[in-house]
Amino acid sequence: MKRYRHAASGVLVPLAAIGFWQLLSSMGWVNATILPSPLAVLVKWWAYLRPLEVFDPAQGSYLQWCFSGELIHDAMGSLYRVLLGFAIGSGLALPLGLIMGYSKVAYALFNPLVQVLRPIPPIAYIPLSILWFGLGNPPAVFLISIGAFFPMLMNTVTGVQNVDSIYLRVGRNLGASRLTQFTRIILPAATPYIFTGARIGMGTAFIVVIVSEMIAVNNGLGYRILEAREYLWSDKIIAGMFTIGLLGLGIDTLMSRLSSHLLKWHRGLEQG
Amino acid sequence: MTETSHISVQDVSKVFESGGQEVHALKAINLEIPQGQFVCLLGPSGCGKSTLLNAVAGFSLPTAGVITVEGAVITEPGPDRGMVFQEYALFPWMTVEQNVAFGLEIKGVDKAAIEAKVAELLAMLNLTDFRKRFPKDLSGGMRQRVAIARVLALDSPIMLMDEPFGALDALTRRNLQDELLRIWTELKKTILFVTHSIEEALYLADRTVVMTYRPGTVKCDIAVDLPRPRDVASPAFNTLKKDLSQLLMEEQSRHNQAEFRGAAVD
Repeated sequence: MKRYRHAASGVLVPLAAIGFWQLLSSMGWVNATILPSPLAVLVKWWAYLRPLEVFDPAQGSYLQWCFSGELIHDAMGSLYRVLLGFAIGSGLALPLGLIMGYSKVAYALFNPLVQVLRPIPPIAYIPLSILWFGLGNPPAVFLISIGAFFPMLMNTVTGVQNVDSIYLRVGRNLGASRLTQFTRIILPAATPYIFTGARIGMGTAFIVVIVSEMIAVNNGLGYRILEAREYLWSDKIIAGMFTIGLLGLGIDTLMSRLSSHLLKWHRGLEQG
Repeated sequence: MTETSHISVQDVSKVFESGGQEVHALKAINLEIPQGQFVCLLGPSGCGKSTLLNAVAGFSLPTAGVITVEGAVITEPGPDRGMVFQEYALFPWMTVEQNVAFGLEIKGVDKAAIEAKVAELLAMLNLTDFRKRFPKDLSGGMRQRVAIARVLALDSPIMLMDEPFGALDALTRRNLQDELLRIWTELKKTILFVTHSIEEALYLADRTVVMTYRPGTVKCDIAVDLPRPRDVASPAFNTLKKDLSQLLMEEQSRHNQAEFRGAAVD
C-alpha cells in the first residue's frame, strides 16, 4: 500500500507540470511553434512511432510491420551506436584500468597522459573524428567510445586501488598465488566501482550519441530532432527528446537492476 | 602434522620507522612453543603483541632474529599458519560456504573432498543453516565462526588469532571462547592468541606471555595450570587475575606516559 502511495506521489509533479504546460498552450499564451501543447506532442509522437505504410503481408510479417515506424528505426540506430561505442570504450578501459590499479609502474606510466586527455570533452573530438573516419557510424562510435572510456577507466583504477589490504593479507595467508589473488580477490572486490563506472560511462555514451548523430549520421534520435528543427516541427523535437529521455532511463534502470543482482553481497546495495 | 611441530622465536627484534622516529616494537624476544599449546600474548596496546603475531604469520618479518616453525625459518605467509583477524576479514562477495572452501580451492583439493570438508566444518561451528548467506547478513559472532572455519579448512597445525573476539559482546565472546576450546581440544592445534583481556587469557590459555610496552619484550611467562572448564569466579582464577593485572597496569602506565608525552605512535 505504502509503495503505491509512494509511486503515486512520484507522478504528481510531472502531471502538474504537464497540466501547466497544457494550460499555457490552451490559453494561447505561447506561440505553438515555439512551444507546442503536450497534446500536440503526444499526437506527433504517435505518428512518429506508428508504421508509415499500411500493413501488407507481402512485405513481411506483422511484427516487422509493427516495428517499421520511423521512431523505432531511429531508436534502434541510436541504441546500436551506444552499445557498440560503449562496448569498445569500456572494453578497452577495463583491462587498462585493472593494470593501472594493480601496478604502480603502469599507473606512473599512464596516469599523466590519462589526466591530460580526460578533461577533453568527447565533443571536442568531433573535427578529428570526421577527418579520421569520415561520416556515418564510425566517427559516431568513436566519439561514444571516448565518452564511455574515461568513467570506466577512472572507476576501475580507483576500485582496484581501494581493495582493502586485509583481503590480500587473508589471500596470502591462505596461500593464494598472485593470479588467484587478482582473479578471486581484487577483481570481485573492485566490481562495485567497476559497475558504477559502467553506469556513468553508459550515461555519457548516451549524451554523446545524440551529439554525434547531429553531425555525422543521417538517422537516429539526435539526427531526427535536428532535422525537425529545419522544418520548425517543434512538436517532433520534443517528442524526440522525450524518447531519448525514456530510452536513457530504460537503459539506466536495466544497468542498475543488473548490478544490484550481481552485487547482492554488497552492503551499499541492500536497498537496491 | 608431526608431533614435534612447534614455533620457535629466537632473539627476535623488530624496528620500524614512524614519524621519523625509530620504534623498537620488539626487542630480543625468545619463545619456545611446544606442539598443541594454547599461548596467549597479553599486553597494552603498542606492546608489540600484534607485531609478534604478524611476524609469525610472515606478514612482516623481524629485523633481527629468526622465527621457525617445525625447524623451518619463516619467510612468507602460508597456509600452515592460518590467521583469524579481529575484523573477521571474510570475503564479502563469497557466501559462507565459499569463504570456507576458498583455502581448499587454492590448495587444489578436488571438488567432492572440498564439499565434504566444508560440510563437516560448517556442522562443527553450527553454521550449516547459514551456508548460503553472505557475510553482510551475519552477526559479528557468526562472522568470526566463519573466519575460524575458513582457517580450520586449511588443516594447519598452527592457528594465529589477533584479538579475534575483541569486537564481540560479552556473551557471544564467552560462547566463542568455549567453542574455540572445544575445537582446540578436538584438533590439538598450537594456538597463538593475542588479547588485551586478562580474563580472556586466563580463561583460554595454557600459558600467558605478558609483554612490556616499547620496546616489546617478554615481561613474564606464566603457566596457567587451572583445570578446565575454568571458573572465572573461583579464588584461584582471581588471584592470578589480580597478579596479572598488577603487571599489566605497570605497562599500561608506561604506555599512558608515552602517550602524554606525545611519543606514542600506534
